[in-house]
Amino acid sequence: MPRRQDLKSILVIGSGPIVIGQACEFDYSGTQACKALREDGFRIILVNSNPATIMTDPETADRTYVEPITPEVVAKIIEKERPDAVLPTLGGQTALNCAMKLADMGVLAKFGVEMIGATRDAIQKAEGRQEFREAMANCELEVCRSRLAYSMDDAREALADIGLPCVIRPGFTLGGTGGGIAYNTEEFEAICRDGLDQSMNHELLIEESIVGWKEFELEVMRDAKDNVVIICSIENFDAMGVHTGDSITVAPAQTLTDREYQLMRDAAIRVIREIGVDTGGSNVQFAIDPKSGRMIVIEMNPRVSRSSALASKATGFPIAKMAAKLAVGYTLDEIQNDITKVTPASFEPTIDYCVVKFPRWAFEKFPTADQTLTTQMKSVGEVMAIGRTFKESMQKALRSLETGRIGYGTIPTVPHTPLDGLEVEEIRSHLATPRPDRIDWLRTAMLQGMSVAEIYEYTGIDPWFLDQLMELIEHESLIAERARSGLGAFDATFLRETKSLGFSDRQIAASLCNESDTEVTEWDVREHRKSLGILPNYKLVDTCAAEFESYTPYYYSTYEDGEDEVQLCVEADSGVKKQHVMVLGGGPNRIGQGIEFDYCCVHAAFTLSELGYATVMVNSNPETVSTDFDTSDMLFFEPLTHEDVLNIVDRIDPHGIIVQFGGQTPLNLARGLKDAGAPLVGTSVESIETAEDRDLFSKVCDELGIAQPPNGMATTFEQARAITDRVGFPVVVRPSFVLGGRAMEIVYDHQSLESYWKRHAQNASDDRPILVDKFVEGAIEVDVDALGDGRNYVIGGVMEHIEEAGIHSGDSSCSMPPYTLSDGMVAEICDVTQRLAARLGVVGLMNVQYAIQGSRLYILEANPRASRTVPFVSKVIGRPLAKMAARAMLGATLEELGMTEQIVPDHFSVKAPVFPFNKFRGVDTVLGPEMRSTGEVMGIDRNFGAAFAKAQLGAGIDLPKDGAVFLSVRDEDKRFVIQHAARLHNLGLKLVATHGTARALRNSGIPVEQVFKIHEGRPHVLDLIKNREVRLIINTPSGRLERSDDRLIRSSAVTFKVPCITTLAAAAATIQGLECMRSSSLDVVPLQDYHGEMAASAVAKAQARERS
Amino acid sequence: MKRPDRKPARLVLEDGTVLQGRSFGASRDSIGELVFNTSITGYQEILTDPSYRGQTVLLTQPHIGNYGVNSEDEESSKIWLSGLIVREACARASNFRSGGDLSEYLVQHGVPGIERVDTRMLTRRVRSAGALKVLLTEDMDTTAEALVEKVRSAPSTSDEDHVRIVSTPEAVTWTKGHESPFAATSPGSLVEQPRRAIVAYDFGAKRNILRSLVASGFDLTVVPATTPFEAVLERNPDGVFLSNGPGDPAVLDYAVAAAKGLVGKVPVFGICLGHQILAQVFGAKTFKMKFGHHGGNQPVMDLTTEKVEITSQNHSFAVDPEHLPDSVEVTHRNLNDHTVEGLRHRELPVFSVQYHPEAAPGPHDSLYLFDRFRDLIEGVRGS
Repeated sequence: MPRRQDLKSILVIGSGPIVIGQACEFDYSGTQACKALREDGFRIILVNSNPATIMTDPETADRTYVEPITPEVVAKIIEKERPDAVLPTLGGQTALNCAMKLADMGVLAKFGVEMIGATRDAIQKAEGRQEFREAMANCELEVCRSRLAYSMDDAREALADIGLPCVIRPGFTLGGTGGGIAYNTEEFEAICRDGLDQSMNHELLIEESIVGWKEFELEVMRDAKDNVVIICSIENFDAMGVHTGDSITVAPAQTLTDREYQLMRDAAIRVIREIGVDTGGSNVQFAIDPKSGRMIVIEMNPRVSRSSALASKATGFPIAKMAAKLAVGYTLDEIQNDITKVTPASFEPTIDYCVVKFPRWAFEKFPTADQTLTTQMKSVGEVMAIGRTFKESMQKALRSLETGRIGYGTIPTVPHTPLDGLEVEEIRSHLATPRPDRIDWLRTAMLQGMSVAEIYEYTGIDPWFLDQLMELIEHESLIAERARSGLGAFDATFLRETKSLGFSDRQIAASLCNESDTEVTEWDVREHRKSLGILPNYKLVDTCAAEFESYTPYYYSTYEDGEDEVQLCVEADSGVKKQHVMVLGGGPNRIGQGIEFDYCCVHAAFTLSELGYATVMVNSNPETVSTDFDTSDMLFFEPLTHEDVLNIVDRIDPHGIIVQFGGQTPLNLARGLKDAGAPLVGTSVESIETAEDRDLFSKVCDELGIAQPPNGMATTFEQARAITDRVGFPVVVRPSFVLGGRAMEIVYDHQSLESYWKRHAQNASDDRPILVDKFVEGAIEVDVDALGDGRNYVIGGVMEHIEEAGIHSGDSSCSMPPYTLSDGMVAEICDVTQRLAARLGVVGLMNVQYAIQGSRLYILEANPRASRTVPFVSKVIGRPLAKMAARAMLGATLEELGMTEQIVPDHFSVKAPVFPFNKFRGVDTVLGPEMRSTGEVMGIDRNFGAAFAKAQLGAGIDLPKDGAVFLSVRDEDKRFVIQHAARLHNLGLKLVATHGTARALRNSGIPVEQVFKIHEGRPHVLDLIKNREVRLIINTPSGRLERSDDRLIRSSAVTFKVPCITTLAAAAATIQGLECMRSSSLDVVPLQDYHGEMAASAVAKAQARERS
Repeated sequence: MKRPDRKPARLVLEDGTVLQGRSFGASRDSIGELVFNTSITGYQEILTDPSYRGQTVLLTQPHIGNYGVNSEDEESSKIWLSGLIVREACARASNFRSGGDLSEYLVQHGVPGIERVDTRMLTRRVRSAGALKVLLTEDMDTTAEALVEKVRSAPSTSDEDHVRIVSTPEAVTWTKGHESPFAATSPGSLVEQPRRAIVAYDFGAKRNILRSLVASGFDLTVVPATTPFEAVLERNPDGVFLSNGPGDPAVLDYAVAAAKGLVGKVPVFGICLGHQILAQVFGAKTFKMKFGHHGGNQPVMDLTTEKVEITSQNHSFAVDPEHLPDSVEVTHRNLNDHTVEGLRHRELPVFSVQYHPEAAPGPHDSLYLFDRFRDLIEGVRGS
């Protein structure tokens, strides 16, 4: 069946901001889909609130709505654009839910919009618990047996049916607490009684326990002719009980016989048919009892997913692109396999390597959060590694994580080596309770002599995987043995074997340092290795295990005595090698470094390929657009370490290497790469270091007459004390060379300083000092992005933060253009930025942060690299800053780029952060200098208030139109809260406050209802929150001391999804937003229209200038 | 647990390539024709598939042996292939079905293996050069030149009549259906049907074909490859099945003659070699493919329904449709290279497929063909 001719325009719904469980994999899939459908001549209307995506680039769709993904807003877009169809299967759960609501609201029917990819019925069958169970029964597949219970009698009845052990999950509990696994009736009674008590709706789900079973996933595709193929099988290293997103996973499945695998394949096919996903991709998760092979279907997602992105990267088969094509009528046999170009897509990829995905957690940002890995996902990103064997891939994955690991074992900083004093019981408990460091505990257990069988008993991790790790540990001891005799003892045969097991040069160097008294660096090992001729081979990811020739240069490295397959890019006519430019990516998503940097890398690749360079992407993050083999001319799926990057440099001899787009990851490699002679382009390493080094930077500021908050650097506590004596408290303290405000705190007194020092400064050194800055209280913070070519410098955008200084810039909302700053101040900011850029000789991008106290401008920091705000600014001004920066790095002038003047838009754009607090119960939500947001949204409108309101809606914050607002502010804020309260009252909202704030309001004649504090009696404020009477909370915490109720109020706000604002500045903006929503309904306007208007007004301005 | 100490070994190709790896399995030299198989799972089924006789099989999945071996997954009573080449042979199997380990299994059957060689490079070599003779040896002393000479001068295994060797020596009754709980059967076999008697020619039949036929309601007599058609007709069967098997179909005059005697007299169904034999009966020629189809992911379209099935395949020869008479139609095509994957006679009750509907290893998409055979027989009986 060829492409459907009855469809002309399609609405694609994106996934919105990056949150835990929904990250940039949906930008990858959405972008692929938009590209594929546009190539086919469809008119694409896109809605996505996330500005840091490639899919919201104005070139990706015909009409791009950077608007909140709420049914009401999307309904307006539908009314305006009248698409023929909506494709909801590429934007994660967000898009699916939104489309379902649109269907329920009758919007789709009213405007004659067809849901393609998955129908409403199919989605309902897959998502509804009962519907899914019935569907599985229809196709004779087992699901986990479970029953609901509302009383102890119910529970006992359920137990008779389900048996022990069983899992008890209370419905809707505060903080997600309660529940557990019962192994005997006594435990069962206790857990159920407790669970019923804690559950808000007195509901228990009692479920057969399959904890410890093996977990698998199959990626399935189906076309309109009912052809079904399996793209990839994935096996979880961690047994059932750990969310797939938090599991180490391996592709292809390793421990199934063909018989078992084929039955699972049959089951997956039956599932997709029964659920009725007519066209597109789905993933089906299975649990297998390792003792009997009994198979249970866990769940099915009727859409592309994180796993399908992983499967695409693992096999080379672009699932999302195919899903889009299938949705518009093509069948699998009509679509070509992009990689082989001669075979059709109706086949099942086979792979001749092993893929390991390893999750990246960010618990360092949430020290009080429970690190136990459960059925709720907690990781913020992931890495993928490809090697010929599991061992090689596992080691590569570990060193891709950006957590300081250099492979499995041989880590000087690993918490539990040496083993002295470790009790076996402690090890067992760490094996039995999975946490992010369980991989290390496995090693500890093995080093302690625990057998694979015993470790299996405690972990449920298949012995096959454990034995692979054991092999690494055995080899590690051989390395140590040789290391005693020095580097010379590593002969070619041994070194080759070591490398083929995935050990890094740094691991070998670390072993040499440990075992002998010599100082051996990875560079020494590298030189020795190269002198023995031991170099990696690069092999192709080709979907077919080399059965067919492939045309897509997607490579991974491996050490084996064999063949290298790299083909350098040449000019088509002359056969001369093209100039290759490498772009180093950002590695795994984590808080502080995410999709924004990937966006910049992708832009660099796009623009340089257009210019005729051969672009070479290096990255380890499978969720991204950068690791789509279509993005660059060559893709190396490799860890971002000196060793792995330099190996590629050696192999392809690039003309230039771009390090300033991938965030801190490649920047940290810059010095080493440069010293090794690699040709970096863009701002010099010296300038980068000048900006990062406090002393050098202070000198530059002095030289240019730019004020800095008084500051100093300390490597000892005494030095830190001396600085605070000089500058006075409060101070901002943080380690140097970090991103995302890692371990950054505002310290108000000596005692807290001491406590900080103990927690974060133990490893301070001359290389890595602790920075101590005077905290500029009550200041307005400003972010500036600028672009330079080494001679001229232009401002990309000036963003005014809404929250005052002291809150990490990544966690603040901001407005562009500034909404309260004077023209004079903005001019001064631009002037200072340009002078600084000139002094640093910026070639490419630079981000500067300022604080404005009264009328005084302080510089906080400057980063001569792409910043988190580059995609946002680019979308505001309609000019691709990252693309222009990439061109500048390769020699283009600003004039050639046509970017010599700052563009100031007439409309307002607000960027708002999104936080993962709902996944980390009990963590305080008060914002501070340590960044904790995972993503961001953009709201655009003609005025600030409306733009802010849209940003809030986009961030999932439900701004109330009625109901009560609870106010509780610190004493310093009481004077200022009065005007806000008055405006809220005028909006018709009821005000509720506890004693102190209530009195302040009453004294000003504002009606307010007083409620009890938690300890005063009931109903107290928490009751109002639980009963959904309170719809908005304004709670400003004291900087120094925490008031007892605040934390509880804020965490219940998270549980009950009540918006909770913790600064007055944000409260003011929110009220402005509410007022805008009250006075008019929010209008939807595509990016293309804003950009068109700006271009028109630029032309008009130029003409006016010419006339005058 | 101590890891097995594996000896160094060499792999020698007739094109002069010599690679060093480590040996596992039996400690002896072997020479075979190098073919690669891209299946991710199912190494035990591949090892015991008689169609591989004379061939040394390279598995592209790098980790082999992970789930051990068991008695249910054997496709015949022994390992027929000459040698096994893998990237890494697993030393510790893990699966509840496992009854032993791969290397031991190869030792029991006297078949050598080599691991830790660049299997991808070898695959690419076969892809561009076609079938090559390959020697596996633990001999580390002889010069590379001498070894290359040895493999070059070895007689080609492809002209041999392997079928006579792998076939059953005498007619036997086969009664076993699927005994493993991990088996799939055709949709039709779930319906209660009267049993029909058929004769199955054993050219090297995989057990799962026989099991699948039993499950589809057939009582089977398995006869030697050289059985004359008259002897078969004497048994008055409801149908005849022609099995898969090793080697060049063009050298099997006796089999083609037997098939010729049966076509038109009883319903006939052929798989793989059986398909190639039937094609010759119809007047078509077979040819040797560059590197054949060996794997579990080959897309085939059933031209009668236009549906795509993912198939299990293992063949180095294919049918050239050039000289097919109008009375025979091509029913299935390979979507990768458009080779003939299935034939049907327009008037007579005869059809065949090049691939393996019985899977083992591989997908179950094509099990319906056993039902088709059943329907064909019922149709003939009814008329």
